[in-house]
Amino acid sequence: MTEQGVRRTAEEVLALAPDAASRKAGSRLGAAGPWSGTGSGEGTVWGLCEGSGSRPYRTVVDLAGTAGPGYKCSCPSRRSPCKHALGLLLLWADGEGSVPVAAGPPDWAGQWLAGRRERAEHRRAGGGATASGSADSEAARRRAERRAERVTAGAAELEQRLADLLRDGLAAAEQPGYGLWEETAARMVDAQAPGLASRVRELGAIPASGSGWPARLLEESALLHLLDQGWLRRDGLPDALAATIRSRIGLPAAPEGPPLRDRWLVLAQYDTSDVRLTTRRTWLRGAESGLTRLLLSYGAAGRAPELSLPVGLALDADLCVLPGAGQVRAVLGEQYGPPAPAAPRPPGGTTSEAAARYGEALGADPWLDSVPVTLDRVVPAQDTDAGGAWQLADAEADSALPLTEAFRSGPGLWRLIALSGGAPVRVFGECGHRGFTPLTAWPEGPGDAVTLC
Amino acid sequence: MHGPPATRNGEAPWEELVTAALLGTARRPPATAAGREAPLALLDAAAVATVRRRAGLRPGPAARRPEPAPEDPRPALPAAAARRLASLLADRSGAAGGGRRSGSPDLMELLPQWLAAACAHGYAPPAQALPALLDAARGRTDLRPAALAFAGPRALWLARLNPDWRFALRAAPGGGVAPPDAADGAAVLRLWQEGLFAERVALLGALRAGTPAVARELLEGTWSTERAEDRLMFLDSLRAGLSAEDEPFLERALGDRSRNVRATAAELLSSLPGSALAGRMAGRAAACVAVDRTAASPTLVVEAPHECDPGMERDGVAATPPTGRGERSWWLAQLVEAAPLGVWPGRLGGRAPEQIVALPVADGWQGELHAAWCRAAVRQRDAEWSRVLLGSPSAPEAGGPGAVSLAERARLLTALDAGERAEWVAGFIATHGLSEAFQLLGVCAVPWAAPLGRAVVDALDIARDAGSYPWSFSGVMGLAERCLDPAEATRLDGLLAIPDEREDASPGAGGYWAEAFQRLVTTLRLRAAMAGELAPDGAPGPSGV
Repeated sequence: MTEQGVRRTAEEVLALAPDAASRKAGSRLGAAGPWSGTGSGEGTVWGLCEGSGSRPYRTVVDLAGTAGPGYKCSCPSRRSPCKHALGLLLLWADGEGSVPVAAGPPDWAGQWLAGRRERAEHRRAGGGATASGSADSEAARRRAERRAERVTAGAAELEQRLADLLRDGLAAAEQPGYGLWEETAARMVDAQAPGLASRVRELGAIPASGSGWPARLLEESALLHLLDQGWLRRDGLPDALAATIRSRIGLPAAPEGPPLRDRWLVLAQYDTSDVRLTTRRTWLRGAESGLTRLLLSYGAAGRAPELSLPVGLALDADLCVLPGAGQVRAVLGEQYGPPAPAAPRPPGGTTSEAAARYGEALGADPWLDSVPVTLDRVVPAQDTDAGGAWQLADAEADSALPLTEAFRSGPGLWRLIALSGGAPVRVFGECGHRGFTPLTAWPEGPGDAVTLC
Repeated sequence: MHGPPATRNGEAPWEELVTAALLGTARRPPATAAGREAPLALLDAAAVATVRRRAGLRPGPAARRPEPAPEDPRPALPAAAARRLASLLADRSGAAGGGRRSGSPDLMELLPQWLAAACAHGYAPPAQALPALLDAARGRTDLRPAALAFAGPRALWLARLNPDWRFALRAAPGGGVAPPDAADGAAVLRLWQEGLFAERVALLGALRAGTPAVARELLEGTWSTERAEDRLMFLDSLRAGLSAEDEPFLERALGDRSRNVRATAAELLSSLPGSALAGRMAGRAAACVAVDRTAASPTLVVEAPHECDPGMERDGVAATPPTGRGERSWWLAQLVEAAPLGVWPGRLGGRAPEQIVALPVADGWQGELHAAWCRAAVRQRDAEWSRVLLGSPSAPEAGGPGAVSLAERARLLTALDAGERAEWVAGFIATHGLSEAFQLLGVCAVPWAAPLGRAVVDALDIARDAGSYPWSFSGVMGLAERCLDPAEATRLDGLLAIPDEREDASPGAGGYWAEAFQRLVTTLRLRAAMAGELAPDGAPGPSGV
């Protein structure tokens, strides 16, 4: 493993920040000023940062471990990584010799690093050997049964609620406002069906979403109804579809089947967050298998999700896919080395192929909002008939996919247009019923991946 | 996207389902509710229709593709410099809260010189950085020229697609369209006659740079039909490439209907030392100033004009003084300012400028006379007169309110070459300290020459030892961060330690000074790194960072 392989760029470091405030504070500390006793080696970085306290904060970052990056700092901040860890990484990323390569970390850093490596080792060794006594599995089975009963009760209640909504008419949905939906969502949380709860919450936001909302509300209500019905009749469904429904309802699932080892190229990584939770989505593509897989990781509000895989790196690792029809979600298994920069681009297709891909995927999972696809040789163009909205048009054919409204109002749109300059580009993104959301793009000629999210 | 074309037989069309849902099944029961509760039957049908519609979505027709962006022939920015640009631009939002007191560099303040250096190297920015670059230029007008020059042709292409970036088209010559070649007479004439005001100003400016006569002839052709405020702007663009050939036209403009146009024409003529107007002014001014040989030692006597005759007014002398100023001294000041400085040695007994300035002036006219000479030296960019009017930087009156104000000194300095300018300001700081130096430092070339940089650092060191707080010098400190030669960073190492607090010092000042110097050193190192990234092969690039 070379030092080059793990050294991150400033943007990659800033992507680790849990929120904008940390990013700003970290950038300020990314200069030699307050730092002393810095050093790095084998993917770890350490240093002492002069803070407001009487003693400097001791900051250690471990990027090379197989369990994702780890941070340790003696400051009182509850954010992870804290601004000191970010500043230290930025200093290191600058590559100005401010952080020299050292033979080994000082004791205070070494202890934590050794402990961390040991724990990771232990987890790996002990992962498969959890005690599977019959008493335990019996208790687990009973717990699962009880939970299923609760979900069933919740689904039945939701069906009643939807029936009431349709009987009284959607026009009435505009009046009661968000409160009633929030209450129903809370009932679904009680019923231990988080998937239903979040769908109900989204339902509540539709009446305020502008013109055409009744059709959208009917669509989403109908799909929620379909999910309820799927759950209530899951015994008669094929196993794969039943598994999809369980995962849509929000029941935990263990990865199935043998792990797939490949060189997984990071195609995109982006965060979405609500008041409680930051969700990080990482799209990977296997260099040999050609499969596209999604990793999800979560962080409580104010904490960055643990897993951080910057675009353009490739990871030699096992992935285990979760059960369900057309499932792309996977969990990261063993990693056989730290992520390394990789050049390959995913092969792409036309807009028609992308739309067809989404249509096929709906056959396995009708609740799917979008599928990951790569478009090759597309040009961003402005559709003057659709109020100047931007679309991605095939360079060679007269067909185009509209860009989603969320993407059109973000900064990524203009980065994409600038990158294209009217010439064809390759774009990886999510294609669904709302349109296409570009996530990463490559210029036609040589050039690195450009993140758009 | 386009949905599947038609509904299958036996199913209610989607619109009907939406209407039924909107009104409620209680009011409008659906037609096919066989054996199921009406609302649930409606949901069943809607679910089928929704999934069917989504699965059938196909791409729509393509809109007209934009014209391809013009090629940018410049080489790409080195990778490290591209990352630096991204971080400089990313800091934009945080700049306001950065504050003087924090220990790390203010990246936004470094963006201007980074842009200047990148332009000087002739690099092209990465395409994906253009939106952030345009946004930065939109927020700060002072950044615009450098940002747009660096951003290059693709940024103008982009600006045409986004109304937020219209400013880029206004700022670019010809609204982002290259002005016609000067050799293409017909195209030039058409643009001049039919173009918008901004396009015409840009055209005039472009022509003036290469073929000044063509520009003047163009302007003469339509002069009488232009509006007064347009005439003023057009006339102003003759400032570039001004020569004796322009004199006949400017002479005619002295008879213009608009007073502002007349004044500008007179000002332009007066900066042509050989012009007839300059000669007339020389005659008038020379009549007012003489050497009194009857006195014990030679003394200058001043006899200000008694009236402002129509000839003077035609030559741009304003007859009415601002309130609080005497008419005669006001007229004198204008005459001396507009007279070529070359007239004085001949008029005043063959004395060199240095001797002239040293002569005593009778009856308290010295301030008025010297101030007018200062303005003349600035207008005529006369280095010799500027030098003697500036005087010695270590002279006691140089620091206080003497005959020549600090603002005038700053302007006089611009007539000297960069090395001499830096020397003078260094000498000034060595004698008078930093409290008055800010304005003078602002006109010095960046990076500061070694003697100037040393003078500033020494003065800061003295200020620290004198026990004041560093924020009394925050303006100079900020300038030093941007302008000090990064090579000076090592000389600052001795200043980083927190000295023992003395009794007469302000409490805690030592720590604050150490922090301020720390920030200065960090910024200098950062600038050195930035310069290194732009010249990755170690070639010493154009200076500036």
